[in-house]
Amino acid sequence: MSALLVARNVTKRFGGLEALSAVSISIRSREIYGLIGPNGAGKTTFFNVLTGFYQADAGEFLFAGKPLDASAPHRAAAAGIARTFQNIRLFGNMTALENVMVGRHMRTRCGVLGAVLRTGAMRAEERAVHERSYALLEYVGLAGRSDALAHNLPYGDQRRLEIARALATEPTLLALDEPAAGMNATETAALDQLLQRIRADGTTMLLIEHDVKLVMRLCDRVAVLDYGKKIAEGAPADVQRDPLVIEAYLGGTLA
Amino acid sequence: MNAHSAAQMRTATKQSGKRAGYALLVLGLIVLPFAVDALLGRAWVRIIDVALLFTMLALGLNIVVGYAGLLDLGYVAFFAVGAYAYALLASPQFGIHFPFLILLPCGALIAACFGALLGAPTLKLRGDYLAIVTLGFGEIIRILLNNLNRPFNLTNGPQGITLIDPLQAGAFTLGKSFSIAGISVASVHAYYFVFLLCALLVIAVSLRLEDSRIGRAWIAIREDELAAKAMGINTRNIKLLAFAMGATFGGLSGGLFAAFQGFISPESFTLLDSIMILCMVVVGGMGHVPGVVLGAVLLTALPEALRYAGPLQEQWLGRVYIDPADLRMLLFGLALVLMMLFRPAGLWPSKIRKREWST
Ligand SMILES: Nc1ncnc2c1ncn2[C@@H]1O[C@H](COP(=O)(O)OP(=O)(O)O)[C@@H](O)[C@H]1O
Ligand SMILES: [Mg+2]
Repeated sequence: MSALLVARNVTKRFGGLEALSAVSISIRSREIYGLIGPNGAGKTTFFNVLTGFYQADAGEFLFAGKPLDASAPHRAAAAGIARTFQNIRLFGNMTALENVMVGRHMRTRCGVLGAVLRTGAMRAEERAVHERSYALLEYVGLAGRSDALAHNLPYGDQRRLEIARALATEPTLLALDEPAAGMNATETAALDQLLQRIRADGTTMLLIEHDVKLVMRLCDRVAVLDYGKKIAEGAPADVQRDPLVIEAYLGGTLA
Repeated sequence: MNAHSAAQMRTATKQSGKRAGYALLVLGLIVLPFAVDALLGRAWVRIIDVALLFTMLALGLNIVVGYAGLLDLGYVAFFAVGAYAYALLASPQFGIHFPFLILLPCGALIAACFGALLGAPTLKLRGDYLAIVTLGFGEIIRILLNNLNRPFNLTNGPQGITLIDPLQAGAFTLGKSFSIAGISVASVHAYYFVFLLCALLVIAVSLRLEDSRIGRAWIAIREDELAAKAMGINTRNIKLLAFAMGATFGGLSGGLFAAFQGFISPESFTLLDSIMILCMVVVGGMGHVPGVVLGAVLLTALPEALRYAGPLQEQWLGRVYIDPADLRMLLFGLALVLMMLFRPAGLWPSKIRKREWST
């Protein structure tokens, strides 16, 4: 299977702290790739560098065989990488449906003139945005809450809405930063199913997650970060037995 | 009769009810200046004209502050740019008299360029910092207008520009009263209809932008800029667009103001005016077009109404205890404080914001 994303020696420093030290990973098309490690290991930093929120100090990404332009978040998004945030970042005072519609921004064209003149083409585009966004809400199981304000949704629904919004950008790679954090068992089970379905529908995923059981069930392969370094990589079951990994988790804060 | 046709009947009555409502509104808006003239006097027709200008200004600022969430304290600068663009090219200042149909759009366009110009260096700023930079920009424009009379006399400095052409085409001018079909139409009445049309245009543009891909992008930036970026929105461009669109309305309004007054000077474009326009947006209901219109009309009319406070005090109390000018500021301040306490989302907030403040 071909590699969708290749990270080569990605390094990120914050002052004296090396949050990522020459991290190299390779994610295959259509797999769920787990990124795990103790708190502060650099997992979120890896997401931020990958999606253009931070600039790497060294290293590079290859995405679908081409160098990835991650010089700005909207460029990374345009390349086909969508993400969610560890601490949910929805558009709180927009409805669930509107949140997803914003996700269609990148894939639509209507400008000021089109919006003001409401030409036939623009109305058709707007209708399509509406339909597709509603379909995505159905996909994640939120169709009944389409008119609810995002910040009034329960926690689990907010997580799922964030995923729907990310899917609206039609990503090739979906990067999820602790999607199960704070979820109860039922919500986690639903999330599990949703992620399986997304994979079955052809989207590759990069998953940061602390819920070990979920990682074991979902991920095809995982990489373990510790103090910014990749200390292990492989099938979840193998990695779980790796002495270095056990040491990292027991030595550091148990996540 | 089956349920289906009953429902059809209901929507039909609802629609015809709506249509009747619109017809009534249009009729009311047409009759308004004449009724006001007869009941309150011509000065009040003039005040309504000014209220319409401020409506356009407030709606322009609403795009920047209400939709995109960018606090702009120098907005009056775009009003000034539009006004001077018109005044310089339609007055004896340079002996140039371009037709208004060219000047008004050009003024709006020039203002839009200034909007982008102001926007560019402030893109990374938020909140307080942005407010201070925009405040500075507003003052710079005013000071420039005040001082660009030497070495080359561009703006005529503090004296301002006089004898600005009214809206006119050929021999027909809105500067004097004229008669149509035997009805004599005074200058203020004629301007009322021009301003009304422009204000309706600005309202329509605002509403359509709000409910579009662009409007959603603005609001997304207001709600969470980082998340907006992650959605692939080029926040730099979309913010510049907000500044430019807002400035366009300001520029249009400025051109109309210059033609209407016939005289402008830097004094008409102070920080206090910027704050006043901001108050209209906030008091009315940020991001909600009907609310902003209400805010603009109220905050134009109320201070004018308070001018009567002096004579009324004399009539009722025998003498003037509080100077009307002081009373205006006093009551205005009080009204703002009460507003923030009891209706923080504005007098007429959008349904969504109302919910936001009640939860
Ligand atoms: N913007 C930043 N400035 C300075 N230090 C940061 C910044 N972001 C993350 N760090 C540091 O980088 C390290 C890795 O953080 P992070 O990537 O959030 O860890 P994880 O997501 O694995 O828990 C931590 O020590 C954190 O304090
Ligand atoms: Mg993290």
